[in-house]
Amino acid sequence: MSFLVVQNLTKEYPLGLLGKEKLKAVDDVSFEIERSKIVSLIGESGSGKTTIGKLVLRLLKPTSGRIVFDGKDVFSLRKEELRDYYRRVQGVFQDPFSSFNPIYKIDRVFDMVFEEFLPEVKASERKARIEQVLVSVGLNPSQILGKYPHQLSGGQLQRILIARILLLDVELLVADEIISMLDASTRVDVLNLLGDLKKRGMSVIFITHDLSLGYYISDEALIMYRGSIVEMGDTEKVFRNPVHPYTRMLLESVPEVGKKWDLRERFTPELIGGDSASCKYYDRCPIRERHCRTAHLQMVEVEENHKVLCLKAGA
Amino acid sequence: MRDALLTVRDLKIYYRTLYGYVKAVDGVAFELRDGEVLGIAGESGCGKSTLGNGLVLLKPPMKYVGGEAILDGKNIMALSQKEIKRIRYEKISIIPQYAMDALNPTKKIRQIVDDLLREHNSSFEEKRELIEERLAIVNLSKKVLNMYPIELSGGMKQRLVMVISTLMNPDVLVADEITSALDVSTQRSVVQMLYEMKEKKAMKSIIFITHDLAVLYQIADRIMVMYAGKVAEIGPTEEMVRNPLHPYTKMLLASLPKIGVRFVNERLKGIPGYPPNLLNIGPGCRFRERCPKAFAKCEQDPPIFDLNGRKVSCWLFERGDER
Ligand SMILES: Nc1ncnc2c1ncn2[C@@H]1O[C@H](COP(=O)(O)OP(=O)(O)O)[C@@H](O)[C@H]1O
Ligand SMILES: Nc1ncnc2c1ncn2[C@@H]1O[C@H](COP(=O)(O)OP(=O)(O)O)[C@@H](O)[C@H]1O
Ligand SMILES: [Mg+2]
Ligand SMILES: [Mg+2]
Repeated sequence: MSFLVVQNLTKEYPLGLLGKEKLKAVDDVSFEIERSKIVSLIGESGSGKTTIGKLVLRLLKPTSGRIVFDGKDVFSLRKEELRDYYRRVQGVFQDPFSSFNPIYKIDRVFDMVFEEFLPEVKASERKARIEQVLVSVGLNPSQILGKYPHQLSGGQLQRILIARILLLDVELLVADEIISMLDASTRVDVLNLLGDLKKRGMSVIFITHDLSLGYYISDEALIMYRGSIVEMGDTEKVFRNPVHPYTRMLLESVPEVGKKWDLRERFTPELIGGDSASCKYYDRCPIRERHCRTAHLQMVEVEENHKVLCLKAGA
Repeated sequence: MRDALLTVRDLKIYYRTLYGYVKAVDGVAFELRDGEVLGIAGESGCGKSTLGNGLVLLKPPMKYVGGEAILDGKNIMALSQKEIKRIRYEKISIIPQYAMDALNPTKKIRQIVDDLLREHNSSFEEKRELIEERLAIVNLSKKVLNMYPIELSGGMKQRLVMVISTLMNPDVLVADEITSALDVSTQRSVVQMLYEMKEKKAMKSIIFITHDLAVLYQIADRIMVMYAGKVAEIGPTEEMVRNPLHPYTKMLLASLPKIGVRFVNERLKGIPGYPPNLLNIGPGCRFRERCPKAFAKCEQDPPIFDLNGRKVSCWLFERGDER
């Protein structure tokens, strides 16, 4: 059974000074995550990925819809239940520097985990536990403990945040663009680390705008466009047999060594129009038809575990 | 072979700090040929921006320590302030990293362009035709001229900056990480439009800097890989990705994700360890501590060996072929 169920989730932000107009950052999104799976949430900036991550972490309240974790509505959790939720569900974000207070040593990040969630662990045991998780994320404890954040690299800080997750032994990790600040040579190690954690039973919502990273690490992929999931399913199927014209366009734009683009071609990506058409991709779509403006859209299954929000899918 | 437009020899640009020198560009040498796109790749902190900025906008705490960069017969690193003003922007121009976020938010685009042109004895009115022509190449309407930077998307701003920085048709354009903050689809359009600008002679040659080898592969005729302030390897793009020579280039290419490779069936490998601190760094190959092939000789600085058009700075190639 899926242990995280997201149902018809919608989040609106007020627009403008008076906030009378609304921006639908997340628009009627539904998906499920099973134990021990990595699900990537892929889309251009502004498509609503971070908002979904924050909703799952309860850092924002939805306008409508539900998030159910292990059978319970996340937004109804109180006190003890909520503390338990945060023992089991945690987030790591893009900029590792912002997660550290520059005036404290790195050790404090771990001390706070013990104080808040693991008070029962004896002080004498704590050091050994910290060293163990640092080693398992590929860090040398003697080079990390006692240091200040500015003495370490972005890659090291990002691993420290993952080590903190390990200490808690969380069941669901929301990882929001955690490797976009890292170099090619270190980011695969962080990705592989996520893969190893998955094997140990953790699930991950892997938020990224980088399709190739999502492809490498995830079991399932959700492709987002302006607040909606437009294509979803088994990663291999979505990437090998993309159906939505938006997914196709994204995949064609991924740069890859060994595959040259035609530089003489004219490629015009951003024709952001109004919200009038019922399909949000209408203005940019190369295969649109008249009825795409008005017809009601619904997810259709194009093959097992592969769904698309497009009237022309399967047609 | 095409003529060299810019010839850089043993160039050293350091940062002066309280604790000593950060040797960010330390003995770099390369040629930029007429009409080519030379890509510069390497991990963050390896000195790419220092090199690009140093060539065009050298200023403290950056310090020109040695070597030369010859453009039009002159060492542009050692010019008087007056001479620099004349060649900067007109002969060699740069789109600095983060330039698109640095556009003055209080001015309309037209004003920003006019201010810049007036510094070079021209004006918006004088260049109006060219400006409109160039905007069309990057698919921007004339209307943007009456807009403020904040009204444009990231991709639009980046395309605008490409136009603004090349209005004097410079010989050389340095483009520093112009695709890095953009979505993939926007990246592609920016690369294609830059290429078209070059075809239409907005500039002769481009130094295209990015940490993203996959993007570089799309546009560069040749690639220079840097590591920790030094040249690791220089070669034609296709040859280099098919047959990388330097152990660093090999490991970097192997760490890139590709379609077909997924964690569930095959593991990519990163490069263990971290680049060295460049502050007061001593002699020896700077990659040796992370290099699986390091040997005794690597304690000395490797020169840049020339192997029939491929250049590599690694002792393994001292006798030509790899040991
Ligand atoms: N606090 C906020 N107030 C108003 N609008 C917001 C806020 N946070 C995000 N948005 C808007 O919501 C949309 C989705 O943003 P986000 O979830 O951050 O997307 P992504 O992570 O995919 O880039 C964007 O249009 C963004 O500008
Ligand atoms: N103002 C500065 N003062 C001291 N060191 C600097 C300064 N700017 C950059 N550096 C250092 O110079 C090196 C090269 O930086 P940079 O050229 O920005 O690299 P890249 O563009 O390849 O990421 C790095 O080690 C960086 O920390
Ligand atoms: Mg985001
Ligand atoms: Mg840089």
